[in-house]
Amino acid sequence: MTTDLILFLILAAVAIATAVGMLLSRNAVYSALFLVLNFSTVAVFYLLLGAPFIAITQVTVYAGAIMVLFLFVIMLLGTDELPERTVLPWQKPMAVFLAVVLMVEGVYLILTQKTPGLINNAPTESTGSPQAIGNLLFDQYLLPFEVTSILLLVAMVGAIVLTNKEKKGGQS
Amino acid sequence: MEGVSVNYYIGLSAILFIIGVLGVLVRRNALVIFMSIELMLNAANLAFVAFSSVNNSLDGQIFVFFIMTVAAAEVAVGLALIVAIFRTKKSIDVDQINLLKG
Amino acid sequence: MNFSEAANTGYFFLAPWLVFFPVIGLLFNMIFGGKMSEKAIGTVASLASGMAFVVSVLLAYSLSATHGHTVTVPFAEWIHIGELQLDWTFRIDTLSTVMMLVVSGVGTLIHIYAIGYMHEDVRFKDDVKRFRRFFVFLNLFIAMMMILVSGDSYLMLFVGWEGVGLCSFLLIGFWYDFDTLGQKSTANAEAGKKAFIANRVGDFGFLLAIFTTFWHFGSLQFDAVFKAAEAHPDPIVISAITLFMLIGVTGKSAQVPLYVWLPDAMAGPTPVSALIHAATMVTAGVYLVVRSAPLYNLVHGASYIVAMIGAVTALFAATIAVGQYDIKKVLAYSTISQLGFMVAAVGMGAYVAGIFHLATHAFFKALLFLSAGSIILGMERGHHHLAHGHDDHGDADAHHDEEEEVFDPGDMRNMGNLRKQMPVTFWLYMAGTLALAGIFPFAGFWSKDEILLDAKLHAEHFPGVYWLLSIAAFLTAFYMGRQIWMVFFGKERTEVAKHAEESPPVMTVPLMVLAVLAVLGGAMNLPFDGFHNLGHWLEHTLGHVEGLPLDLGVAGISTILALLAIFFSWLIYGKNPLKDGQPDPLKKPLGFLFTGMENKWFVDEGYGALVIKPFEKLAKFLSVTVDWNFWHDWFHDSVIYAGFKGLARFLSEPVDMGIINAIADKLADMTKRSSEGLSRLQNGFVRSYALSVLLGVVAILGYLLFK
Repeated sequence: MTTDLILFLILAAVAIATAVGMLLSRNAVYSALFLVLNFSTVAVFYLLLGAPFIAITQVTVYAGAIMVLFLFVIMLLGTDELPERTVLPWQKPMAVFLAVVLMVEGVYLILTQKTPGLINNAPTESTGSPQAIGNLLFDQYLLPFEVTSILLLVAMVGAIVLTNKEKKGGQS
Repeated sequence: MEGVSVNYYIGLSAILFIIGVLGVLVRRNALVIFMSIELMLNAANLAFVAFSSVNNSLDGQIFVFFIMTVAAAEVAVGLALIVAIFRTKKSIDVDQINLLKG
Repeated sequence: MNFSEAANTGYFFLAPWLVFFPVIGLLFNMIFGGKMSEKAIGTVASLASGMAFVVSVLLAYSLSATHGHTVTVPFAEWIHIGELQLDWTFRIDTLSTVMMLVVSGVGTLIHIYAIGYMHEDVRFKDDVKRFRRFFVFLNLFIAMMMILVSGDSYLMLFVGWEGVGLCSFLLIGFWYDFDTLGQKSTANAEAGKKAFIANRVGDFGFLLAIFTTFWHFGSLQFDAVFKAAEAHPDPIVISAITLFMLIGVTGKSAQVPLYVWLPDAMAGPTPVSALIHAATMVTAGVYLVVRSAPLYNLVHGASYIVAMIGAVTALFAATIAVGQYDIKKVLAYSTISQLGFMVAAVGMGAYVAGIFHLATHAFFKALLFLSAGSIILGMERGHHHLAHGHDDHGDADAHHDEEEEVFDPGDMRNMGNLRKQMPVTFWLYMAGTLALAGIFPFAGFWSKDEILLDAKLHAEHFPGVYWLLSIAAFLTAFYMGRQIWMVFFGKERTEVAKHAEESPPVMTVPLMVLAVLAVLGGAMNLPFDGFHNLGHWLEHTLGHVEGLPLDLGVAGISTILALLAIFFSWLIYGKNPLKDGQPDPLKKPLGFLFTGMENKWFVDEGYGALVIKPFEKLAKFLSVTVDWNFWHDWFHDSVIYAGFKGLARFLSEPVDMGIINAIADKLADMTKRSSEGLSRLQNGFVRSYALSVLLGVVAILGYLLFK
């Protein structure tokens, strides 16, 4: 067992644990915090995979901006636990069952893979650096990049319109 | 130097994804469901980066970058929707939002 | 002769105009006649007929220039089916040109006469609008007659044959809402119907002849048929064809036993009687036999039957003519009798004599009929003069119906001494009478003599014909003499006869032309060497004809018979003129014989009892018992209606309701149930939908992995 593998396994355990924590927390705030933790762990994976720029973006955008937004909304709407209801009694067992089946299928898929590639844990300077990403982004992927800016604009306008609607037009 | 098999990353990605799926299916809180979706997106991102690394290509990372952007936009709109729904239904329980039925 | 060659040498290309001129005339009158004066209508119609005459003359002239060789002028393709190749082709030969000249020549004169006649007739009958219709029919008749005589095949001939039959029907029933006395009745229409039905029997025979011809010879074109018949004479088939044809002849040419329609046909206006029922249409049968001469030449038996039918008809009709009182009826039976002469002649193979008599008869019988029309109109004028005093016509029409008693202007017993009132008509009538009676040197003498001579010469092969015809000739002279004495001599038997008036020139001038022809018509074929003009002319069509010399024996006997007959008639009717109301002086001595003559030998009654009554009974049986009771009441109600009802009930209840409707119901039920079940799936819970998506993902992935 190599150090790489040990490191991976530890981090993976943390990631899975935080994910399960998010899943099982009764309180949405806890869920959000578990998720932040999970995102951070994934960011470490990104570093390990030689993608420092993505790792930093993960931390700032996901763990930072998005999750803060989540927390903000959770606080806004209240953190009351939802009352127990049994509208869909079969939902939970079926979901678990299907998830297990999917898991089995995934394991089967991985085990039957013939040539698993190896991940070199020593990232080279050039691969995931912001410079390399920038070069690629503003050269080959310029058009999609610009389109995302429009997408963000639209999302921003949409969010404002959705949340503002009642104040302006009254009850719809 | 020894590396870790990409299969581990894929396996991890799959586990995270399935946990996300379970979150969507099991939880009733709209916000938690939404967070689970984010988790699934993240699992996918992880796989992308792992493949990018194993193939020594930056395209996967660029893709992750775009996914993050879209996720940001999605969160903005999605949370706005949840707020809007909460305003009318006074609840974020998705099981109470079942007007569209046969 | 080749057409293209012939066309260069004459006027043959004009042949289609024989038909077109009358058709143009009738169309013109039909379309524009409504606003034209009577004179204009009559002029157009007469011109149309006259132009056809001009064309006929030109054709005859061209034919003589080409030495009488037959010319065929193809005009249009008609029927081409398999073996049957029929074209509308005009056949110009010496025989058809003679017919064309007679038809269009006499026809034109009668057109002109009819202008005057119909002018008065439509006024006596109070329906001026029918003036135009009359001339349209008349032109149609000329066109159809031209098709008949110019056709190059039996079928084309048949087209004309039927066409003239139609015209005959239309014109007999021209005053369809009157009877012959001018009273409102359907009698005239009945007469038209009778003519049509009697002709239908004959046409049926003719059709059978046509079918048999085509079946056996594979063609209907004259030359082809004759050539085939001469090459392989099959006596049975040819006898069948000629005898079937004879049925047609007896119908159209009014021979025993189908002659009964012709006397009734006198219901038509007098110009019609003259044109159609004396001069032209009724001779179509004679023409048909002459046209088919090559066939009749091959079978002596059939020819003998034809000759005997002609001879018997000649005598039979002559006896009836003796007992008639109506001036037109006498002429009608005379026509039948004279047609009998012609048929007898052509039956004996004396085609030239037959055609000769056909032509002269056309002249003098048209003359007689038209003169009779003039007399009848003269009587009508006298009647009107008496009935309305000196009122002018306009006022008179107002009280027309109420004060007029039934008066028959055609009854000879109402006449007498008309030569004083109608001198012109008298002399014209005399010319016609002498021609018909066969007095030297009138046209009838020559033509009738030729027939009698032929009969005498062929007595060996055609026994009896000569005697029958001779007696008929005697009776002919007798009944014509009787007519003359009764109509023109003696004392006026009625007031009307005293006031009879002469006819206008438009009527008398054509009569004069006809009278000249009746007097001189014999010149066509004098029985002297070098004068057999008609014979030589027809030779080109009929083959060599022996020009007969004058036989003083035959001529003498027939002349003596005729003179004797006239003398007898003077003894009986002239010496002691008939008084008003006195019965016919022949009635006493002849007894039941005269009763028979008077009543036409009860032939109509016999047909009524033998044919019409059983037919009506059969029709009644068929209509009441078979059609109504059996077919309608029983079969329709019980079988069809009930059966249908049962079937419908079966189909509606067990089949439709039980099976088809049940299937539909079950389908609807299933659809409803399944949709109800499926709609439960769409429960509105987004998590359920997501679960379904996952299920799909798992399933698809599983399929991909473990397939």
